[in-house]
Amino acid sequence: MLVVKTLVYLFVVKKIVQRYRYSLILLKQLVKTDFKLRYQGSILGYVWSLLRPLALFVILYIVFVRFLKFGGDIPNFPIYLLMGIVLWNFFAEVTTGSIASIVSRGDLIRKLNFPKYVLVLAGSFSALINLFLNSIVIAAFMIFSGIELRSAALLLPIFILELFVFALAIGFFLSAAFVRYRDVNYIWEVVMQGAFYATPIIYPLSLIPFDAAKLLMLNPVAQIMQDIRYIMVTPETMTINDFYGTHLIRLFPISVAVILVIVSALYFRSRSKHFAEEV
Amino acid sequence: MIIGADTVIRVENVYKNFKLPHEKANSVKSLFTNPLRRKGRNTEVQHALKNVSFEIKRGEFFGIVGRNGSGKSTLLKMLAGIYQPTKGKLGVTGKLVPFIELGVGFNPELTGRQNVYLNGALLGFSEAEVDQMYEEIVDFAELHKFMDQKLKNYSSGMQVRLAFSMAVRAQADILLIDEVLAVGDADFQRKCFEYFKKLKKNKKTVVFVSHDMNAVREYCDRAVLIKDGGVEYIGSAEEIAKRYTKLFNPSSVDEQNDESKDKRWGDGEVKINSVKIKLNEITDQINIVIEGTARESIENPNFGFMIKNSAGQSIMGTNTKIKNHRIGKIKPKQRVSVEWSFPNILADGKHFVTIAVTHDDDVRVCDWWEDSKTITIKKDEINPYNVHPRIEVKSFTF
Repeated sequence: MLVVKTLVYLFVVKKIVQRYRYSLILLKQLVKTDFKLRYQGSILGYVWSLLRPLALFVILYIVFVRFLKFGGDIPNFPIYLLMGIVLWNFFAEVTTGSIASIVSRGDLIRKLNFPKYVLVLAGSFSALINLFLNSIVIAAFMIFSGIELRSAALLLPIFILELFVFALAIGFFLSAAFVRYRDVNYIWEVVMQGAFYATPIIYPLSLIPFDAAKLLMLNPVAQIMQDIRYIMVTPETMTINDFYGTHLIRLFPISVAVILVIVSALYFRSRSKHFAEEV
Repeated sequence: MIIGADTVIRVENVYKNFKLPHEKANSVKSLFTNPLRRKGRNTEVQHALKNVSFEIKRGEFFGIVGRNGSGKSTLLKMLAGIYQPTKGKLGVTGKLVPFIELGVGFNPELTGRQNVYLNGALLGFSEAEVDQMYEEIVDFAELHKFMDQKLKNYSSGMQVRLAFSMAVRAQADILLIDEVLAVGDADFQRKCFEYFKKLKKNKKTVVFVSHDMNAVREYCDRAVLIKDGGVEYIGSAEEIAKRYTKLFNPSSVDEQNDESKDKRWGDGEVKINSVKIKLNEITDQINIVIEGTARESIENPNFGFMIKNSAGQSIMGTNTKIKNHRIGKIKPKQRVSVEWSFPNILADGKHFVTIAVTHDDDVRVCDWWEDSKTITIKKDEINPYNVHPRIEVKSFTF
């Protein structure tokens, strides 16, 4: 029985690999190319990916922790803060980076028929790599600060996946819309500026009115960010269930993400047929 | 769509329209400011392809020919799946590799080696597969010393060589080739032709878009001639090449065999045997050669021609007397040939050529042949005037 199941499983995997063989090959080469080109001619190369969030962290730390005395009641607030910034940067990089991913490859699209979603995926990989590098920095800080890992930390991949999928869904939608409407990038820039303050990144939730915080937490990014801080940094982090009194409320931001995935996928699919003409 | 066993490409009543925005209405602002007028007013629909149907069989070398802007490249892009048909069906069975352009995806900032892997991926090769053929590719392109240099430092010839040696690796059932031959030096073109011969020998299905009728004649089994977005003709390469040449050189001379009394008269002392008119498209010259035979001995017959337009107006003409060109004395049964050549200043449309031979006194007519030939002139600009010589125009603003 087990043998049959394994064979069926292997067959399915083989079919999937065959079906997406071209996409996978393409994705790999595009990511590699991107990687090679990104820091070409810069001396420190990928170190900049680490230095950027670190520099921001130092500034925010000095401003918010030393001078404004934020987060007095949250243990390990500097790491709590860094965690938020890194996650936010990841979200911003995936979404903003996706916008031009189709348009910038117009030359290719006009000459070859290939699965266009590969372009958006390939663009998001550099954000994934950056997230990985930043995680190393955070891990180092966590060890340095003596934060103990709890078993809840095992949930981390699930929340990262949720964030990645949510960001990708937005990315797919924006990239397809940008082909037609070239204002999308400006609009998104403004949205992200607002969202930066509407998400509890640099301030503890206890600092704002309860009802406002309740509303803010419905944003998937806020939910994910607080949940990751909760499982990784300190259980004193306020998460979405603290505001609604039930863990079931988590289904709301998750549904938002899922619905967005479906809408974006459908929109991208229907638009992608016309990219070659419009790009 | 049901496709027969031997048919690999079927195009059925395919239409393609492009919306050409007059004022590029692709900002969100226009969505709000004129949501009702968004359609129709600002866009013009261009009908790139109209009701195109044909089938390509397995192993066929099939040509698509047509003038610039006729829609042949649009058709090729639709076969490649880059454009979707507005209406109609389009079916392709088997793996298809398009060469709309050589070296698609080449990045000037990457080295030759990196570009090989990137281009290979676009052609559907995994890294391991490119590894295996890497040496062959470099050998074929003759670029051993340059593979670790950035592509931007390559000459254009080197880039084409690299791109071509990638392209010939493509494993496909159907190949779409768009005027690849237009680039490269003689040596490169020879390589291209060798590749084509190999494809033909291996019975690959090839769709070939070209202007070069020699190549079409040599390689294509069948072809389709596209004119103004529609199918003008489908048939053998030879027939297509003929029709294409005619389409490209549309000016023509027609025989006008009307020799009734009111069109041809005279005493017949010199009789016109033949009138030959040649239009040279390259030099844009018209040549008229007439040949006559004398019945009796005659002194200085006067040979002339006159061209009328379709409105019946006399446009131009001359005769040997006007030109002060003396024919001299002609013996009985002796033949005379007179040739005139002049720049093609005729306007677009039909013209009639009248030929005449008179006696030296210019009064008695030997042979008058009204409208002996019809010349149909095609010019790119339409000009309302009677003659249409080449006119250059310059302007200054100050």
